[in-house]
Amino acid sequence: MNMNSIFKSSTDDNSRQADSGNASSKLRMQHMNLYYGSFHAVKDITLQVNTSSITAIIGPSGCGKSSMLRVFNRMNDLIPGASVDGLVEFDGINIYEPGVDVVELRKRIGMVFQKPNPFPMSIYDNVAFGPRRHGIRNRRALDEIVEKSLMQAALWDEVKDKLGQSGLSISGGQQQRLCIARVLAVEPEVILMDEPCSALDPIATLKIEDLMRTLSETYTIVIVTHNMQQAARVSDMTAFLMVDDGHSGVLVEYGPTSEVFTNPRDKRTEDYITGRFG
Amino acid sequence: MGSSSIKKRYLTQHMAMAILVAAVFLVVAPIIFILVYMIANGYSSLSWEFLTQPPSQAGRAGGIFPAIIGTVFLMLGTIIFSLPVGVMAGVYLTEYARNNWITRLINMAIINLAGVPSIVFGLFGLAVFVLTLNLGMSLIAASLTLSAQALAMTITTSRESIMAVPREYREGALAIGVSKWQTIRHIVLPSASPGILTGAILAMSRAAGETAPILVVGATFLTPGLPSSPFDRFMALPYHLYTVSAHVPGMPADVKWGVAIVLIVMVLFFNIVVALIRMKTRKR
Ligand SMILES: Nc1ncnc2c1ncn2[C@@H]1O[C@H](COP(=O)(O)OP(=O)(O)O)[C@@H](O)[C@H]1O
Ligand SMILES: [Mg+2]
Repeated sequence: MNMNSIFKSSTDDNSRQADSGNASSKLRMQHMNLYYGSFHAVKDITLQVNTSSITAIIGPSGCGKSSMLRVFNRMNDLIPGASVDGLVEFDGINIYEPGVDVVELRKRIGMVFQKPNPFPMSIYDNVAFGPRRHGIRNRRALDEIVEKSLMQAALWDEVKDKLGQSGLSISGGQQQRLCIARVLAVEPEVILMDEPCSALDPIATLKIEDLMRTLSETYTIVIVTHNMQQAARVSDMTAFLMVDDGHSGVLVEYGPTSEVFTNPRDKRTEDYITGRFG
Repeated sequence: MGSSSIKKRYLTQHMAMAILVAAVFLVVAPIIFILVYMIANGYSSLSWEFLTQPPSQAGRAGGIFPAIIGTVFLMLGTIIFSLPVGVMAGVYLTEYARNNWITRLINMAIINLAGVPSIVFGLFGLAVFVLTLNLGMSLIAASLTLSAQALAMTITTSRESIMAVPREYREGALAIGVSKWQTIRHIVLPSASPGILTGAILAMSRAAGETAPILVVGATFLTPGLPSSPFDRFMALPYHLYTVSAHVPGMPADVKWGVAIVLIVMVLFFNIVVALIRMKTRKR
């Protein structure tokens, strides 16, 4: 596990690791609000994500799932005018506090996107990209990382003979697993996935779902999906988002996946999962 | 559907095709005409000696070797100075500059820079590089002057190539804890480099044909030898062509056209290089 501080200066790190929350909580939001300029995109979210679990975020499109996911690794920082308030914690540290090193944060909270986005370079270089930028130069060490990450991503057997080929030359499903391997190579603690299977065929989708189950033994995974069967199949916890009257995304229900799907507390959740709208 | 309507459709298609072909011909014909005319009138002057010897009898005999070398140096100088500055400016403007009035002013200045007549760049070079920086009438002053003129193009193409790099690539890098600068250095610039390079080469080959600016910052009609340092004066093909065409009485016509052929071939060569780079990167 990575013990570096996510603060730019690592002084009084321990004192800042407030004794908030419960020990197995990896990520936590409390009254989190996200704005795009004056548009209140996501409203008052409170939830907690446990270590080594898979949490699914579901809901109709446009309800703020991606926006919410990108709050966890501060990807919204890239969008001019986007702002976040409330508390967002990673390992008990408020990641929006001044002095947080966003680059280090993203190293520990990796992200996989909706559309597979391998870099226009070889398969090997794609996986080695992160470790290289983080200072690993030794060829043998890189070889090991690449092999291990591709194994973990269940892609090794398919590409081990063509590591020098372009990352863009393999199939969509393979590209997505390559992107997962690229994230695994920097040894994050959390992996955020934004509809990672939406561009893939059913077989590739099942492969990625298997992979997620395996990875969840070591990693904390948060996945956005519009596919409810997928949420039901892979996740431990499910968060259901919907837009309110002001078109802001709100958290309608959050709980263990089995309960959310079999015995929803909220009428809107029930309507959504039984397919009555959305 | 009746066969007459099909026939009519074919007729329209043929007519559209004919108009398109005519339009293409109108564009291509003058170019071909110039090339053919030039070669027909100039080929008799071309020889190994013409390319490798210095001129004699005020250009009426001998070769144009020093002018070829001078133009090559100018092109090199232009790309050496304008490419790094253009790329850095492009990176700054796309990746770091805030969208405020200063940035907009800079962008407007760059657009207008492209429209400034080249003789004005010559006067600017004379005032700044030759006199103020005291570089004298020299190869380096001329290179800097042509670079200043090329900047509008290198900045613009750098900026466009950088902006054309898919956002997904940047996000992929940032999302694994790679810093913004590393992302620019290892993802954005490599992806943008074919575009940046083609822009720089085009700017360079355009600089090769400039006559007016170098006229006032150091080009000379006849030098005793090749420039031995960047601070020497130099000969260059376009200026040589201008002088032999306008100021040397009794100039054999085929020599004039011979100079033009050499200049055109050099410029065409780099345009073909650009086309090849484009083709190769499109295939990827
Ligand atoms: N960069 C942005 N700027 C402004 N509004 C945005 C931006 N990204 C998303 N939105 C808006 O925020 C809302 C939620 O979008 P998103 O998080 O992409 O939803 P989902 O992932 O659930 O489909 C939508 O109304 C969308 O139009
Ligand atoms: Mg989305």
